[in-house]
Amino acid sequence: MPHASPQTAGAWTPAQIQDVIDAHKSMPGAMLPTLHAIQDRFGHIPEAAIPIIAESLRHTRADVHGIISFYHHFRTRPPGRNVVQVCRAEACQARGCRQLESHVKAALGVDYHHTTNDGEITLEPVYCLGNCACGPTMRVNDDIYGRMTTAKFDRLAEGLTATVVEVK
Amino acid sequence: MMTTTLYVPRDTTALALGADTVAARLERAARQRAIDLRIVRNGSRGLCWLEPLVEVETPEGRVAFGPVEPEDVDALIEAGLFEGRQDHPLSLGLTESIPYLKAQQRLTFSRIGITDPVSLEDYTALRGFEGLRNALAFDSQTIIDEVKASGLRGRGGAAFPTAIKWQTVHDQPQGQKYIVCNADEGDSGTFADRLVMECDPYLLIEGMAIAGLAVGATQGYVYLRSEYPVAHAIFEEAISRAYRADYLGDDILGSGRAFHLEVRLGAGAYICGEETSLLESLEGKRGLVRAKPPLPAIEGLFGRPTVVNNVLSLAAVPFILDHGGRTYADYGMGKSRGTLALQLAGNVERGGLVELAFGVTLRELMENFGGGTSSGRPLKAVQVGGPLGAYLPESQWDSPIDYEGFAAFGGVVGHGGVVMFDDSADMGDQARFAMEFCSVESCGKCTPCRIGAVRGVEVIDRIRAGERAEENLVLLADLCETMVDGSLCAMGGMTPFPVQSVMKHFPDDLTPRQARTAGGTPC
Ligand SMILES: Cc1cc2nc3c(=O)[nH]c(=O)nc-3n(C[C@H](O)[C@H](O)[C@H](O)COP(=O)(O)O)c2cc1C
Ligand code: SF4
Ligand code: FES
Repeated sequence: MPHASPQTAGAWTPAQIQDVIDAHKSMPGAMLPTLHAIQDRFGHIPEAAIPIIAESLRHTRADVHGIISFYHHFRTRPPGRNVVQVCRAEACQARGCRQLESHVKAALGVDYHHTTNDGEITLEPVYCLGNCACGPTMRVNDDIYGRMTTAKFDRLAEGLTATVVEVK
Repeated sequence: MMTTTLYVPRDTTALALGADTVAARLERAARQRAIDLRIVRNGSRGLCWLEPLVEVETPEGRVAFGPVEPEDVDALIEAGLFEGRQDHPLSLGLTESIPYLKAQQRLTFSRIGITDPVSLEDYTALRGFEGLRNALAFDSQTIIDEVKASGLRGRGGAAFPTAIKWQTVHDQPQGQKYIVCNADEGDSGTFADRLVMECDPYLLIEGMAIAGLAVGATQGYVYLRSEYPVAHAIFEEAISRAYRADYLGDDILGSGRAFHLEVRLGAGAYICGEETSLLESLEGKRGLVRAKPPLPAIEGLFGRPTVVNNVLSLAAVPFILDHGGRTYADYGMGKSRGTLALQLAGNVERGGLVELAFGVTLRELMENFGGGTSSGRPLKAVQVGGPLGAYLPESQWDSPIDYEGFAAFGGVVGHGGVVMFDDSADMGDQARFAMEFCSVESCGKCTPCRIGAVRGVEVIDRIRAGERAEENLVLLADLCETMVDGSLCAMGGMTPFPVQSVMKHFPDDLTPRQARTAGGTPC
């Protein structure tokens, strides 16, 4: 499933954020479920949402910042339309993920944690997707791909951009 | 008209290799041929290299074909797939007779790939929930004694006896207690927790409910890594079905006993696999490691007595309660009782899950099961036990795998991951990565780990660039010692193991002439 598209990702209101928080705040240890829910819905955790989260969950803003930045998964800026993760861990290294990651970076023209100029793809590293017997492995949004090759990646990336054209 | 039954797995690996497309093409082809087809989306048998492994029900039993790519579907059907004919080159004969599977001792993984993972009927038809039924009839001490008799030790890494942990929580005064399942499975090369959750989720639910009965806990949490979206979806589905059928809830199977279960997602932090960091994270904080004592068994989640167990430890429990602790203890060697889920990964021809009693050697595993490297080149090194495990050279491949035996030469069994590397691997790159990984994943609480890992990367880079290599090698050795001795937890304390093993066994790879621009890329 594609993440929230840039159009909807940009669009959030304090009331919507509050709704998401309210749906989770009674859980014991509500912080992570709340942050996940906000990021799932809006593609990221907007900086301006932090005071609302802090207030509702009775934390300081600094605390909330600290929590968000501790976890690699959370982001405070909207990602591209698709998030591509390349597994960098040992079992994939043994099957050539270092070459794959160089190729991916070159093909997209971005380094990790960056988004392509057209806003289509955000590239992230990941350390193991549990497909270690059939790597190298990548994740595109919620889909996982095994036995990746540079050619397979090129086809995949083309497909991602092609869908966008169709949608428009 | 006779129904043809096909099985197309839906675990992460099968899906990553096109299982959904294979299933869709099979369905389309059956429609075109007016064949009454039933496709079961089963779990994986754990024969990862054969995924997607398509099976056909025949009077003789299930026959297998694999690895099936979407493009193979038409040819397979022409060759009589629907009739179970065995003429196609991808045909593997009776699934249960595939040597890789037949040679295993599947106690924990007895059901994976056979059943539809979320079908309660399938689960109970193969003795599912028998262990829970027994546990409901026992008093809590009897449950713990049964686990004690099994000799089960934690499968998450530290190999601590499970029954002792349970006893400690059991012996705490009554009140809110928790069962926390560690499903963070952060070690590269491991996927057995994932296989449990995707292929036999009720097994984990049953194991956790039994643990709850044993220690008097009514609430369980599964802390699952966010990198496992498929496991998340399947496990959530299983939880809601288990609630509806009263295997979870306020009145388990009409016993009046309660057990509730919830999944919580991690957020991409390796350190949150460490149990105290995990508890902090569950409480909604940064995953900073806690100093021990207090033990989580005494002051754990929200300050309450808490059992933290790995998925595989909990998943071993239903067998133990069903067949008796002694039966489980009949497998294994020395102080390592029962079976171990080994996971063959990396540069291996036949990667997958191998469940065997403790005592097999690495060489047997990598050659007889793994079939050597997938590249066909000679094997050079193997990393057992995840990113904190040493790289083992050939001289160490012949000792039987058990906790004490491995510890004797500085090896780590850990969670059972076996990552193979061929002779093209640059072990200098691997040493550098160990330090880099630690620098990315350190929780930052103590200096030897936080600063040491960053320094480690720098020093290795200097050695490989030929800058005062001798001096820097001495510095690296000192740095490793400081990290081992001075770190609060095993993240900083064991990161040196892979580095030291490269220095000791593959010194040629840590010299200037091996320096290459293609070395680990910083992220
Ligand atoms: C850095 C680090 C990472 C760990 N990651 C995991 C993990 O992903 N899964 C796990 O079960 N245990 C992990 N552990 C071990 C846990 O701290 C703990 O020992 C284990 O969950 C206890 O369960 P067990 O007794 O059933 O093995 C890790 C430990 C450390 C130091
Ligand atoms: S060793 Fe590293 S991960 Fe462990 S407590 Fe210290 S800083 Fe945190
Ligand atoms: S190491 Fe890449 S999927 Fe596990």
